[in-house]
Amino acid sequence: MLQEHAKVVQFISLADGVTGRKKLQKMIYIAKKMDFPFQEKYELHIYGPYSEELTLRIEELCEMGFLAENCEDKGSYVQYSYRVTGEGRDFIGDAGDVPDTLGVCIGRMKEKSSRFLELVSTLLYFDYLPRDEQIAKVHIVKNKLNYTDAEMDEAFAFIGELSSCIRQ
Amino acid sequence: MMDYATQKLSEEKVFKDPVHRYIHVKDQVIWDLIATREFQRLRRIHQLGTTYLVFHGAEHSRFNHSLGVYEIVRRIIDDSFSGRSQWNDSERLVTLCAALLHDLGHGPFSHAFEKVFDLDHELFTQKILLGDTEVNAVLRRVSEEFPQKVADVIGKTYPDKLVVSLISSQIDADRMDYLQRDAYFTGVSYGHFDMERILRVMRPSEEQAVIKQSGMHAVEDYIMSRYQMYWQVYFHPVSRSAEVILVKILQRAKVLSEEGYTFKQEPVHFKSFFDKTYDLTDYIALDEYILMTYFETWIREDDEILSDLCDRFVNRRLFQYIDFNPAKEYRKLGELDTLFRKAGIDPEYYLVVDSSSDLPYDFYRPGEEEERLPIHLLMRDGELRELSRESDIVDAISGKRRTDHKLYFPEDMLREGKKKKVLRQQILSILNT
Repeated sequence: MLQEHAKVVQFISLADGVTGRKKLQKMIYIAKKMDFPFQEKYELHIYGPYSEELTLRIEELCEMGFLAENCEDKGSYVQYSYRVTGEGRDFIGDAGDVPDTLGVCIGRMKEKSSRFLELVSTLLYFDYLPRDEQIAKVHIVKNKLNYTDAEMDEAFAFIGELSSCIRQ
Repeated sequence: MMDYATQKLSEEKVFKDPVHRYIHVKDQVIWDLIATREFQRLRRIHQLGTTYLVFHGAEHSRFNHSLGVYEIVRRIIDDSFSGRSQWNDSERLVTLCAALLHDLGHGPFSHAFEKVFDLDHELFTQKILLGDTEVNAVLRRVSEEFPQKVADVIGKTYPDKLVVSLISSQIDADRMDYLQRDAYFTGVSYGHFDMERILRVMRPSEEQAVIKQSGMHAVEDYIMSRYQMYWQVYFHPVSRSAEVILVKILQRAKVLSEEGYTFKQEPVHFKSFFDKTYDLTDYIALDEYILMTYFETWIREDDEILSDLCDRFVNRRLFQYIDFNPAKEYRKLGELDTLFRKAGIDPEYYLVVDSSSDLPYDFYRPGEEEERLPIHLLMRDGELRELSRESDIVDAISGKRRTDHKLYFPEDMLREGKKKKVLRQQILSILNT
């Protein structure tokens, strides 16, 4: 019961909080693509893979008091951040253990900007294609973000780094 | 070879349609696509899944809907966009094909099936377009690249974003058809709006189709129709009950197969989905007729859970439900879980929380974190304004999510079970029934 909710709380707990809805969406998508068992269904939206189910789950977790949402006015936009509450820590107390590798992956992702994670997640969305076609797709769907070749290389290197981290 | 793209039928064909009166087909490509086995398969998939168990008229199929979406896009292109500078008429055929074929990859009882087997119908639509199929053969007669172009529109990766927006946006042909069609077949009075007006005031722009300011009230009506349809029809708690049972049937059959259970009716069509070895042929072979045949025969299986769940689905003995507030009642759920086990009722199959949530309209202003492309109004001075900035009605519901949680359980089993009566009574009193 509510295992999927518990997984999200565990994720945010391991991250010691996440700043940015977009960043959280992309981090969980990337973790899912790295074969961590998140069930949320993702579709391609403006900022890349996005899960309506995850948005709903996070809202529920806030309503339940397991997550605390903080809203910060940044002038031209509002930024949301999430952290696990004391009740949330109790809630995941009985949930099963998570693999150590998840914590390592989360740590690596958290260091990155949401723009970069948007690129990584969108490349992973097209991971059934050869590399040059993945890049071409990203340039089509993200034509206004003007990702450079260096960013593309860095994103592929990052995906490789995460994959090898899981294999260890 | 090249002529096939522009080839017209010697006489226009029409399909009588209860929503759009007539669906007009002049292009040979469209006519040939409709005749393919993959498109005809859509006749055997309900548009609204299990909703027919609540609204008995809702027997319409994805075939009807697909033709409807095609017709709306055809009217937009031929009547509203044609001849306008921002519309490239060379995109006409790819747009019409994408409209017609956008739901090709839906499986039987799509929502439940995708959930259990972790599938994505949009990906299967693309696989059908690109794989060894009759649809692919028709599309390839246009050009070798044409199947990929149609797949890119459906995958939202087509370079011309205006084309994508006609099939997939907050005011697209898909939604305009399903709202009206589902309203018609369910018989509800919601879901109606002035589509003719919206199509008349729709204009092509660089990124998406936009609506002339004078059409704002028609769009308000469309947004409100959608809002009402979601809560009155799509999230109806009784059809969700049927869907919960459907999910549990598929999960039970999967578990039994993994445990080596000997079925009286072997789940031949499901095997490759259970062990994740399915291919396109396996997927296309499935439809709701096949699933219903299995469910009917599985009523006579020895496994009590599978047999009971199938009987419930086929004979409409659905689960009862109560409102459930996860924030306040999650501990109650744990308690019920324990009591169900003690009473010999497996909560994995018989105690289910189901959540529905909808965002009627979402806006996006640069820099914010939301994920949807908004509806834009074309003002008299040529400026584009986001809809909720102009419409008080839309502003009132913009970005506001409504969520509903229900807890489903077999009340009849709890009331009529002969063993552990005290425990069952205790469960019923917690459930407040």
